[in-house]
Amino acid sequence: MSTTVSGGRSSGDGPSPGSGGPQAPLGGNFLRPSSRRVGERVVLAGLATSALLSVLVTVGIVVSLVLPAVSFWREISIVEFFTGTRWTPTFADPDYGVLPLITGTLWTTAIGLAVAVPLGLAAAMYLSEYANPRVRRIVKPVLEVLAGIPSVVLGYFAVTFFAPDLLRGLLGIGVGAYSVLAAGIVLGVFIVPVIASLAEDAMTAVPDALRQGSAALGANRMSTTLKVVFPAALSGIVAAVVLGVSRAIGETMILAIAAGGRAQMVDSPLLEGQTMTGFIAQTATGENAPGSLAYNTLFAVGLTLFAMTLLINFVSIRLVRRFREAY
Amino acid sequence: MTAIGDLTRPGPPHRRLGRPQAKGDRTVASVAFLIALWLSLLVALTFLVTLLVTTFLDGLVRLDANLLTQYSSQLFPERAGARAAILGTLWVIGTTIVLTVPLGVSAAIYLEEFGDPSKWYFRLVELNIQNLAAVPSIIYGLLTLGVASVLAPLLGLRNVNAVIFGAIALTLLILPVVIIATRESLRAVPAEIRAGSLALGATPWQTVWRQTLPAAVPGIATGTILAVSRAIGEAAPLLLLGAYVFVTFDPNGLFSSFTTMPVQIYNWTSQPQIEFQQVASAGIILLLFMLLLLNGVAILIRNKLQRRW
Repeated sequence: MSTTVSGGRSSGDGPSPGSGGPQAPLGGNFLRPSSRRVGERVVLAGLATSALLSVLVTVGIVVSLVLPAVSFWREISIVEFFTGTRWTPTFADPDYGVLPLITGTLWTTAIGLAVAVPLGLAAAMYLSEYANPRVRRIVKPVLEVLAGIPSVVLGYFAVTFFAPDLLRGLLGIGVGAYSVLAAGIVLGVFIVPVIASLAEDAMTAVPDALRQGSAALGANRMSTTLKVVFPAALSGIVAAVVLGVSRAIGETMILAIAAGGRAQMVDSPLLEGQTMTGFIAQTATGENAPGSLAYNTLFAVGLTLFAMTLLINFVSIRLVRRFREAY
Repeated sequence: MTAIGDLTRPGPPHRRLGRPQAKGDRTVASVAFLIALWLSLLVALTFLVTLLVTTFLDGLVRLDANLLTQYSSQLFPERAGARAAILGTLWVIGTTIVLTVPLGVSAAIYLEEFGDPSKWYFRLVELNIQNLAAVPSIIYGLLTLGVASVLAPLLGLRNVNAVIFGAIALTLLILPVVIIATRESLRAVPAEIRAGSLALGATPWQTVWRQTLPAAVPGIATGTILAVSRAIGEAAPLLLLGAYVFVTFDPNGLFSSFTTMPVQIYNWTSQPQIEFQQVASAGIILLLFMLLLLNGVAILIRNKLQRRW
């Protein structure tokens, strides 16, 4: 449901404070000619501290991930970690090659996106370009409900119904109890509302003048949607897809439940495979002694995951700037 | 140059054209396109309905009083209940709200009302909050685990499974969402309200506390409720804090061991017995019911209390 908060409101379109928007004389920080009362300053200092806390959290994340990860790499060579193709930390003769986990994550992410991008963009195009207000009032809450379903519920659905009854029973696909295919598809449906909501915002923000111009040139609604509105909203659509990617990589419960617990180099979607998040969730018990190798392993995998999502975020910011059209 | 000036000067208000009418939408390609769009929505809708129906049918037999009053039990799966998980959820989420609302609202007030957007540290905080909103939830679990591993021995706790640590993990998770939602509702309060208050002699803080903040409360409440319902459904960070346990007592304080509804459901899901699958379904129905109720309240507040300026 967080997407409705951050992206679903039209008020986000307004000028941000101090950005020199039309409200400049009154907007932003005109409260600052501050009173000299001590109380006012104390309150202000308190508020500023809360805002700074968020930076502290980021520093905390980095420190708390890096320190145990570094002591992990002191025991296990970093080359072996990133190039090894066997991940068996619980065996008597353990191997710590993270590639199977990364492969698992890439498979589920790719399958998830193959489902979520077409469905999400189609939903966004329909809601933004075709649906009348009455249909929108029905469809949007349905997507919001879908977005609000906890991922543990979707994971449960994937193993109890989707994989055995639908994929194997009805469609005759040879998946086992756990597979990256079933987990990936359910993961994809889970991300549909994220992509749909942000992409719809981006398309709704395209001015009607472009649609009128397109219609005046004789284009029908499909051509207008695909050749005018879609390119014009591309930066927002790219941002929506990228957010979908980082949700897919970071999603945990669906994969911990439905993708399986055996880390292997997955070469077919019908196999089970462990993802990075799945490994952390399945291994963490709260009893791992701090400083032990098992404890540090969690953080080494966590740091790898965090670095990947951070990288995607930066790529996203660059891409959005590259494709931005201002109206 | 006067001619150009005349052209660019806004003329008399003309009728807005709005969206163009559909013409030529009867070609095969465009009908097929529209059907494809419909089918996509239908897939999502069917998925949702199937999920709700199958879960409801599976869990129906276990929607009984035991679900609410009994502890989970390895020996008697047919009587296992979610008592400890329900109480654990209430403790953890209650603590999360107590931590999140003051922190999130103060940070948002600072950024929206007092901060100077031209300063580098302001932009740093802003960019940072956007980035934090995209960090996977399990990373917040690792962060909290790192902190809790240090703090737990100091507090005399046996392990990191304590309500307060669960609440900290969920607070970190939803704080960026609450900050972003609060900023948006503060931004929607017209500047004239602030100017009027200042003109009557109120100090900046009095203006915020007595005018701006009360006007923004419905928006803040909606955003917070939606964020909290995300926290209620979240299991991943709590797994790292050892919430994956059969708790057979009522959690009774901030340092008490706990499990929560989603973690309990995950736990039941991983047990082989069919009775555990049934009680997992019943637990899911209970969880979804709680979430729907919360979302209903949020929508009600949005529709009834939110003011349009």
